[in-house]
Amino acid sequence: MEQNLEQFARTVRNDVMDMLFAAQSGHPGGSLSCVEILTALYNGVMRIDPKNPHWGERDRFVLSKGHACPTLYAVLAEKGYFPKEELKNLRQLHSMLQGHPDMNKCPGVDASTGSLGQGMSMGLGFALAGKRPGNDFRVFVVTGDGESQEGIIWEAAMAAAHYKLDNLTVLLDHNGLQIDGSNDQVMSLGDIVAKYKAFGWETVVVDGHDIAAITAAASAPNTSGKPRFICCNTVKGKGVSFMENQVGWHGKPINQEQYEAAKRELEV
Amino acid sequence: MAEKQSTRIAYGEALKKLGAVDQKVLACDADLAHATMSAYFADEYPDRFYNFGIAEADMMAASAGLAQCGYTVFANTFAIFGAGRAFEQVRNAICYTNANVKVACSHAGPSCGEDGGSHQAVEDISLMRTLPNMTVLVPADAVEMEKAVFAAAKFNGPCYIRTGRLPTDICTTAETPFEIGKANVLREGTDAAIIACGIMVPQALLAAEALAAKGLSVKIIDMHTIKPLDEEAVKAAAATGAVVTAEEHSIIGGLGSAVAEVLAESACGVPFERVGIKDRFGQSGKPAALFEEYGLTDKAITEAVLRVLAKK
Repeated sequence: MEQNLEQFARTVRNDVMDMLFAAQSGHPGGSLSCVEILTALYNGVMRIDPKNPHWGERDRFVLSKGHACPTLYAVLAEKGYFPKEELKNLRQLHSMLQGHPDMNKCPGVDASTGSLGQGMSMGLGFALAGKRPGNDFRVFVVTGDGESQEGIIWEAAMAAAHYKLDNLTVLLDHNGLQIDGSNDQVMSLGDIVAKYKAFGWETVVVDGHDIAAITAAASAPNTSGKPRFICCNTVKGKGVSFMENQVGWHGKPINQEQYEAAKRELEV
Repeated sequence: MAEKQSTRIAYGEALKKLGAVDQKVLACDADLAHATMSAYFADEYPDRFYNFGIAEADMMAASAGLAQCGYTVFANTFAIFGAGRAFEQVRNAICYTNANVKVACSHAGPSCGEDGGSHQAVEDISLMRTLPNMTVLVPADAVEMEKAVFAAAKFNGPCYIRTGRLPTDICTTAETPFEIGKANVLREGTDAAIIACGIMVPQALLAAEALAAKGLSVKIIDMHTIKPLDEEAVKAAAATGAVVTAEEHSIIGGLGSAVAEVLAESACGVPFERVGIKDRFGQSGKPAALFEEYGLTDKAITEAVLRVLAKK
């Protein structure tokens, strides 16, 4: 099983490279850093039915750092929400695979995101709905660390604790980098785990590339009355050596030579 | 038109009535429930009400999340915060996703009085009508407000509803029809037409009385829906040969602009004037004094009609 998921993650990375090379635009670094997080969530953590994407009782997923959508699209295609051949249409006119996720165009996308911070609040709304009479679903939101500089993140963090939303899990893809530099160069997050704790959240720290660890943290039952924050320590550009920890690979087109080098590494 | 009531109170009462007949209706507020009057709903249905604290951006995007799970969500705050501060959440979380959220905003325009220019939204209609998927309603009085709330709940999609704090004249009746996108002619006339929305509708009717005393026949159109605009009603107004718009809002981007767009594209060439706020911010003062200062009176409308008639 574990080995299968490693393979799943490798397939996703390959798909992400294919999509971004074909599109000649998009965001490689932050897509590669969250591959294991999404691999874990879609393979055993979340209650989903790819054949019935609008199933009312499904767990909801929000990619609040919407620019990492190539990873989401690759995962959704791999799970059977839509045919894999769609992946080549990323960012093309009339494509269901918009540059940032569109819930009304792409099956399996629960929330349209891309404007940073808003996905967190949409996830909060889902979680409030999940607690309403007759509903019983959980909500998983993946945020970015640069994104955590948005004020709305903390408005939502406060509200989630206030409403005791223990059906809400936020997973931070903590790769440490953003467009203009490292988090610390641009706007320090300080001790982000302590911040969530102070906001009234249950907090966990995991290796964000350890599928088993993410699965364990995200699957653990939560009846604490507190929302859960999982700080996933990750490497931006993970899996492609020349992209790893490189600020410049946030959003840069991949040329033929780079594409071939990346594919050689990923096919091992 | 003896009776006065604020549209925000009518809104609050209508929302409570709606809550009784539709269990899927939820209400959200950002610590202004006793000003927007969502408190009437909150007191009756506390389990269907969410207070987000003073965090409008979070409220709008969370309202979209709630709506996407099958609820009809009324998100309440002041116009300056709903249309202004949280504009991008209304755009991306609500309109871009076509979420079933009704953004209901009170304290728009100088009629909210003493709070001053920081709180008097004069650009909310303009901002909201630029958004794809958005319907924009500005009911004329308390009676029309109740119909607007029920009509907004009937369709699945975003809607902006503008409510007011000041008790104003009731100028429609229970029998006056209300259909989104279909203007109401409250008075027929042949010399000129006044197209008004919100609390300027009763002012327009007063202006029509004054003009009638001068022997002039003026048509009054209650344009309660700014978007989708009733273009046929605008063209019918133009058929009188002179048109004036009246709104408690900037003349840039609101009802006046919307009507001007239709008039210009129909190439009817009628004399036209916009009564509204002339590219200024508001300020503190009693509502009546502010209406004088900003030219939002029946007298200002009357004068505008006389000016366009002179150009006919």
